[in-house]
Amino acid sequence: MYQWDFSFLWSYRWLFFQGLGVTVGFTVAIVVLGLVAGLVSALANLSRFGLPRWLALSYIEVFRCTPVLVQLVWFYYALPVLSGIEISAVSASILALSLYGGSFYSEIIRGGIVSIDPGQNEAAAALGMTPGQAMRRIILPQALKRMVPALMNQSIIQFKNTSLVSVLAVPDLLYQGQVAAHDSYRPLEVYSAVAVAYFVLLFPLTAIVRQGEKKLATSD
Amino acid sequence: MDPQAKIEITALRKQFGSLVVLKDINLTVAPGSVVALIGPSGSGKSTLLRCINLLVTPEGGRVRVGKDVFSFDADTKLPGVRQLAQFRANTGMVFQHFNLFPHMTALGNVMEAPVTVRRKPKAEARQHALALLAKVGLADKVNEYPSRLSGGQKQRVAIARALAMEPEVMLFDEATSALDPELVGEVLAVMQQLAAEGMTMVIVTHEIAFAREVADRLIFMRDGVVVEEGPARQVIDSPREAATQAFLSHFHRAGAPAATPPA
Repeated sequence: MYQWDFSFLWSYRWLFFQGLGVTVGFTVAIVVLGLVAGLVSALANLSRFGLPRWLALSYIEVFRCTPVLVQLVWFYYALPVLSGIEISAVSASILALSLYGGSFYSEIIRGGIVSIDPGQNEAAAALGMTPGQAMRRIILPQALKRMVPALMNQSIIQFKNTSLVSVLAVPDLLYQGQVAAHDSYRPLEVYSAVAVAYFVLLFPLTAIVRQGEKKLATSD
Repeated sequence: MDPQAKIEITALRKQFGSLVVLKDINLTVAPGSVVALIGPSGSGKSTLLRCINLLVTPEGGRVRVGKDVFSFDADTKLPGVRQLAQFRANTGMVFQHFNLFPHMTALGNVMEAPVTVRRKPKAEARQHALALLAKVGLADKVNEYPSRLSGGQKQRVAIARALAMEPEVMLFDEATSALDPELVGEVLAVMQQLAAEGMTMVIVTHEIAFAREVADRLIFMRDGVVVEEGPARQVIDSPREAATQAFLSHFHRAGAPAATPPA
């Protein structure tokens, strides 16, 4: 019978905290950059012109239809060969995860925008607003409210996807866990602790999402 | 044709795909006059109204409102989004389903376009909006969101919102068709007041009695053409065309729609 022993974990606490810091920092970066990529590509996807629509669609489908782990490895190893530009593991990770998340955010944002009654756009146009003003002042504020639960959900997935950067030796929470596991020969305790750390951070977020959904259901 | 007219539509054509909705429409509206457009559904009256502020882009003809003119012929370039926006800022439109902005209060709805489009200072826009809401009888509802207003109140906010841009003309697209019968009167009263103040108005309506009383001219449309046109009372009381007589026979003399025929 395996003898569980968590007491040694305390000596690795700084390692875990460093890893946690990297994980949270990565999440913030890829959520923000992913939302920017998603918003830009969603608006391009809704454009009256063919070229931006085509570009947005190509981006979305390429990133939605390939595994994120493959993208990470590709950005780190293949992109420098193709472009001749060396990029660090951190840059490659942020680039790949942001673009991957952005392709999913994009569809959420586009769906939110097209769900708004066309009469809203008509009323804005009739008042003399340009399409840009109507989008910014009338459509997006209403659409964002509807998108929040789905965007939060995708952000939770983004948070967990940061664990993949450990394959490029970026010292996130999982990578530091691997270091501790190899050092202590106690992978069961270490990986259990890592799982708990992810859960403790994410669970309150999901509670907020659920609260948001409830609020949304009552306000519309 | 008539440089004195406020609105001048010449040889207007519109089709959706192969379906021709407007065929060679000519229309002038004198300053301060009220024109009612009536006709069965599918007659093109709503499309015509939407061509006046170019919410719908015609395939041919000319549209003039005040000093702004746009031609729609094969060889002329279509107006850009900015030109269109400027043009529409001078025409107010009221929709059947109100189309209020649900994320803004009544006051916010009325202030929005003057602040965003005309770059009016907020304080000034607010004063004007409060005055307009008081004018339509909603001084006590300025801070309510549209979801807490009745249909009639919503439509009155929508009228105030359109007036806030100080438009040269007001277009009403079946403004009372989505209202409960007991709420129609309050909206018609506001429209009547506007007409009395000398606002140039084009009204698409099924309220025949209202049209008879308030409109100077009446236009009966069917299948994308103007069938009959003339002084409102004359057309309603003694229509010349058989199609107009047939359409008007669905309404009692008093103007209320006749009882629904058995299915």
